[in-house]
Amino acid sequence: MADRSYDSALSNTPAATQAGLLARVHLDLPLLIALLLLCGYGLLVLYSATDRDPVKLEAQMIRLGIAFLVMIFVAQIPPAQLRRWSLPLFGVGLVMLVGVLAMGEIGKGAQRWLDLGVVRFQPSELLKIAVPMMLAWYLAERPLPPRGLRIFWAAVLTAVPVLLIARQPDLGTALLVASAGAIVLFLAGLRWRLILLLGVAGAALAPLLWYFMHPYQRRRVITFLNPENDPLGAGYHIIQSKIAIGSGGVYGKGWLNGTQSHLEFLPERSTDFIFAVVGEELGLMGILAMMAIYLFIITRGLYIATQAQDTYGRLLAGGLTLVFFVYLFVNIGMVTGLLPVVGVPLPLVSYGGTSLVTIMASFGILMSIHTHRKLLRS
Amino acid sequence: MVEAIFKDHSGESRLFTERALAAGVLVLASMLLVAARLVQLQIENHDHFSTLSQDNRVRLEPLPPTRGLIYDAAGVLLADNFPSFSLEITLEKVDDLDATLAELRSLVDIGEKDLKRFARMRTQRRRFEGVPIRINLSQAEVARLSVNGHRFPGVDIHAELLRSYPLGEDTAHVLSYVGRINEEELERIDASDYAGTNYIGKGGVEKAYEDILHGSVGYQQVEVNARGQVLRVLESKPAEAGKDLKLFLDVRLQQDAAAALGDHRGAVVAIDPRTGGVLALVSRPSFDPNLFVEGIGAADYKALRESPDKPLFNRAIRGQYPPGSTVKPFVALGGLETGTTSLTDSKWCPGFYQLPGNTHKYRCWKRGGHGSVALEKAIVQSCDVYFYRLAHDMGIDRLHNFLTGFGFGQRTGIDVAGELGGLLPSRQWKRRVRNQPWFPGETLITGIGQGSFLATPMQLAAATAALAARGRYIRPRVVRATEVPGLEAEREVPAVVRQLSLAPRNIDDVIASMEKVVQSAAGTAKRIRTSAYRIAGKTGTAQVFTLGQKERYRESQVPEHMRDHALFLAFAPVEDPRIAVAVIMENGGHGGSTAAPVARQVMDAYLLRETPAEPPPVAADGR
Repeated sequence: MADRSYDSALSNTPAATQAGLLARVHLDLPLLIALLLLCGYGLLVLYSATDRDPVKLEAQMIRLGIAFLVMIFVAQIPPAQLRRWSLPLFGVGLVMLVGVLAMGEIGKGAQRWLDLGVVRFQPSELLKIAVPMMLAWYLAERPLPPRGLRIFWAAVLTAVPVLLIARQPDLGTALLVASAGAIVLFLAGLRWRLILLLGVAGAALAPLLWYFMHPYQRRRVITFLNPENDPLGAGYHIIQSKIAIGSGGVYGKGWLNGTQSHLEFLPERSTDFIFAVVGEELGLMGILAMMAIYLFIITRGLYIATQAQDTYGRLLAGGLTLVFFVYLFVNIGMVTGLLPVVGVPLPLVSYGGTSLVTIMASFGILMSIHTHRKLLRS
Repeated sequence: MVEAIFKDHSGESRLFTERALAAGVLVLASMLLVAARLVQLQIENHDHFSTLSQDNRVRLEPLPPTRGLIYDAAGVLLADNFPSFSLEITLEKVDDLDATLAELRSLVDIGEKDLKRFARMRTQRRRFEGVPIRINLSQAEVARLSVNGHRFPGVDIHAELLRSYPLGEDTAHVLSYVGRINEEELERIDASDYAGTNYIGKGGVEKAYEDILHGSVGYQQVEVNARGQVLRVLESKPAEAGKDLKLFLDVRLQQDAAAALGDHRGAVVAIDPRTGGVLALVSRPSFDPNLFVEGIGAADYKALRESPDKPLFNRAIRGQYPPGSTVKPFVALGGLETGTTSLTDSKWCPGFYQLPGNTHKYRCWKRGGHGSVALEKAIVQSCDVYFYRLAHDMGIDRLHNFLTGFGFGQRTGIDVAGELGGLLPSRQWKRRVRNQPWFPGETLITGIGQGSFLATPMQLAAATAALAARGRYIRPRVVRATEVPGLEAEREVPAVVRQLSLAPRNIDDVIASMEKVVQSAAGTAKRIRTSAYRIAGKTGTAQVFTLGQKERYRESQVPEHMRDHALFLAFAPVEDPRIAVAVIMENGGHGGSTAAPVARQVMDAYLLRETPAEPPPVAADGR
């Protein structure tokens, strides 16, 4: 086939040999390079944000290493296998969510963790992957675009875990999982008219959502709408974050020189608000550089999705990529004051482990989908 | 349906690519939105956020100046600063105030009074400003708290300089005291000058020289973190310490004068006629000014305020008494100067005086009368009738004018805050205040220092000093010089001098008469006669209440607080006056018998003082 001859034509050059080697271990070079660049950049920022704490830096490096190993491992699993596992994984995820609610221990005022004796596991993380897998599998069974009942059941398949996660309560993850379902539906070709209708209905139902919110969630929304309302309480995060970014200017105050971050005015600076540290110390230039890497990763993900061999691969690859984007946008939107404060870390940069593994696993899936193509064809 | 059997692969692929493209456009649009937001934050509003960031990080801290010290003429320290430690709580840094307080109470004594002050002061504090919960910690308490400091975030030991007055009561009415700035003062002062300073002069020298003693505040810019901890000093402008004050006041004399008055209510003012410098300014009873520095307790304050002896009342500069006969030498001098009388011009004293066409008898203190009286006898024996006549002949206008020259009826302008000006009656005053015409009878009683006439001991002493200095009226002053601490150079406070144009002969005549008040056997102050030096003086007795026409004053029949005030003023040595004294003893009876001995003791103490013996020179070889 055409692309095969293209591959062999390049196989004489050393680069192609390397690419071929990477293909054999099912890794996508452009994506891998971008991910390594982003994680390296993230470590630099984290080093500053943790006030040059070698312990935290090392811990994060170990987590990144584990996450990369997970990615490599997942990349080895053929998409057909993933497809077969979609339903069981989803089922296990739901059971664990119920388990968390039933006997979950208290962590940060919310029940999110499942204590499995040796390791503590956050089932909601699993659903970030399990939901797009489930929906991709379910929707790929029938020709696209989906119609009628199929849309309804797809919505139900999304809503059940979302509601369970929201009960924990973990608004951030619930939002991401919900968006994962919506994204897969969108990619499956949900009619524009219906999308518009759902949008209007959603806006109409917003007050109802308000009614079901926890007081702390309501406070976050109020604070988002008017942060200066409560400058010492909930608005403090947003105000300090905006000050950090704004005072960074075009070129920033210099790496390790951020006053907002190093003098502890910026809360959660190594986790959810690490983007503000980039803005303060490295300025607009540093942020644009980081966003360029993100944009490249997303573009590459969407490209991989369009190149996927079957509908399941396409929907899953596209879904995971766009969930990654939602992740990014919710975090940056929050830090820059465009969106309300929702506890979502900056993907691959924020300090912390659980989401790191989930995200890298989803990139493993992307790589699997991309690199198993030819094998499937042959 | 068709869908069950047929999957359009290329169609699905096309649909997906279309959707992926749409998603890509959405991603790009979102990224652009974020970029636009970043441009807004980092370029458009960069200056604004830079300022906010700077405000976050940089705090301006005042560096309060050290208050100037006050020394007496011999260099004795009268007002000192000593370090005091207080325990302060910064509310922003404390999570559970009640728990913190409970724990602190196990380490230091925190009483109801402390809690009340804390509750009052926390309402007036600024953000991140400590509020004192305990003041004046002992060394042991400081040590205990320091050891346990880590257990109390937001609780700090604050060191500040507190004022102390080593001589306490002896200087209370001269220096007064400093106390916490109150709201009224806060309106008057420039608050930025007092940033970091809690105290201000409340009266006396402390208030009159507030600007000089206070110094000027310094500032430092410090970098702080979000917890308000100071990380480093970015810039600083040191405070300029207040200047020290060197007084004319002679504390030994001050103490001797207080001792001479004893427990008696009264005042002594001694002035050096050559400089106008106040050597002693005593008002008895006195109080301990140190009680006020840290805020006096309600019970103590009530006791001081409600004491019938009024220890807080500064009789020396605020006590307004009828000067009585002590004014006679000045009236006599006025008579000579205006040509109304002469040294030899004698009048007849039958024991009373009547205005032409009036039956009212203005009585002389001597009921039988003095007979023929000329100026000298009139002063020596203090004949009232002579001065009724003289005052009548001079008329109130000339009398008022002349006495004004000696500082009666107006504040002397002494550099001790709170002075009152007494009252020298005049036609204008009567018209203005009482809306009545002047009656001739009022001229008579003004001539003997009674009626509406009021003078403070300070005014009397200043007038006496001016007489001793032969008409050189120097505005009395307590502070001789200011000195920048650490620098040797003093800056003398200039004297404000007014030379009265008086004929030397007239002055000589009046002074000679005053000398006879003490020296002659008929003198009203003959009991303080001495051969050690020559004294010129004048007794006075100020009526506290007015007798009816037929009544007689009998001291033993009058309750103590209604008895006459005893006055005496004097200067010595006559040939070269070095000290002028005014003494008033409230309800002390006759000036010659009670006030004059006090004045004598004061003059003795000053003029006959043994200069401290020089320590014997130590031999060079140590033997």
